[in-house]
Amino acid sequence: MTLQRTPLYERHTALAARMVPFGGWEMPVQYSGIADEHHAVRNAAGLFDISHMGEVYLGGSGALAFLQHIATQDVATIGPGQSNYSLMCRPDGGIVDDIFIYNLGDQYLVVVNASNIAKDIAWMQQHTAGFEVTIENASDHTAMLALQGPAAEAILSGATTFEIAAIPFHGVAQAELFGHIPALVARTGYTGEDGFELFVGNQFAAPLWDALLTLGMPNGLKPCGLGARDSLRFEACLALYGHEIADDINPYEAKLGWVTKLDKAAFVGSQALRAIKAQGTARKLVGFEMVGRGIARGEYPIHSVAGERVGYVTTGMPAPTLGRNLGLGFVPSSLASEGSEFEIIVRDKPVRAKVVKTPFYKPRYKK
Amino acid sequence: MAFSTPTDLQYTKSHEWIRIEGDEATIGITDYAQDALGDVVYVELKDVGETLSMGQTFGAVESVKAASDLYMPVDGEIIAVNGDAIDAPEHLNSDPYTSGWLIRIRLAEGTIGTLMGVEAYEKHVDEIKH
Repeated sequence: MTLQRTPLYERHTALAARMVPFGGWEMPVQYSGIADEHHAVRNAAGLFDISHMGEVYLGGSGALAFLQHIATQDVATIGPGQSNYSLMCRPDGGIVDDIFIYNLGDQYLVVVNASNIAKDIAWMQQHTAGFEVTIENASDHTAMLALQGPAAEAILSGATTFEIAAIPFHGVAQAELFGHIPALVARTGYTGEDGFELFVGNQFAAPLWDALLTLGMPNGLKPCGLGARDSLRFEACLALYGHEIADDINPYEAKLGWVTKLDKAAFVGSQALRAIKAQGTARKLVGFEMVGRGIARGEYPIHSVAGERVGYVTTGMPAPTLGRNLGLGFVPSSLASEGSEFEIIVRDKPVRAKVVKTPFYKPRYKK
Repeated sequence: MAFSTPTDLQYTKSHEWIRIEGDEATIGITDYAQDALGDVVYVELKDVGETLSMGQTFGAVESVKAASDLYMPVDGEIIAVNGDAIDAPEHLNSDPYTSGWLIRIRLAEGTIGTLMGVEAYEKHVDEIKH
């Protein structure tokens, strides 16, 4: 398979980024180093190319009704100029994808995972019967940059006369950046820090990238790759499709009951989800800390203390900000309470771990 | 970017180096390997006294992102491990050929392994990069 490249590919190679395949894309995993970039975002700011993400515009008089039908979130609560996190579920309750829904007033923008663009659009198209809705896949001509970290607001404020500070948490607005770049500016992100996600046409990606890096350098802004994106979202316990969520994982297993609004009208999956919620789930996603010496990694088996295989790790690493060896994984609900112990199988050897509170890192959103 | 590859060492395809001195040898990872891994944050090594065959793992090194197994370049018995590298894994990044050494072994009789000299190893790295 040929890997796709974002409009910023040449910028990444010029910065000597290490490029890796991710979800069908050739993406920068790191520039100066994952830990260095991670700390830049926690302490100052980081700039990420996330143009691989999918952007889908939903229009028409039935767009809201359609979104209510396919999304678990109560989309009616997302007013114009606001956005929120949601899931799309299968009739059996499994998660098709996690998505971000932006209400742009005259239409909705739905951001989906890069590896799921084709699947999600097919899913949407399969469910349009009875709805007055148009589905436009803008992924190929839309670039997306994430400016994240405590200095993000100050940096972005220097790029526009638009009052960036007035954009609330999860707010979205149209603004002109650097005098000539029309952008959709959203106060959203995937790092556990305050920050913004910027949507621009492909032709504006490189000028915006260059101008932001130059503007933000005195504030400690650094280009950041997917490695830091993963370590940052991991500390904040934000789910990653293919790890904490997937078609065979339901929201109640993945600690995403809070985005599953069963009190709104019936939607795809609501019947199954109601039964799952009433019954309780056999397994649950937990956060754990290594007690013994070792680092958990995705797909490592989890055994009970008695030695029986009971689950698996979804993501694990040495958390750069917290300095602890942490992990997320699925275990039987009987082992999901804080303090419960089990073994992570690291290179054929059991290493003790115990359940701890999540999120590991408390997000510092500006609310 | 040019990587350091000392001429007095031999190398493996999996980016270990070995310095053979009589019937003993010191083993570590190459400059290219430490750079590819990024900041090494964790080192795990098998115990002194273990006898391992060429290609068996003698431990693992880990960065924030990933774990990489370490493979024996030859057959031998571990006679020392570098405790400093375990306590301060940053040695592997800063000095992979000196203070970042990993294990010292006693070579098994007659072992040769499939080792590369500097030129062959540099060519191997070039092929991976391009």
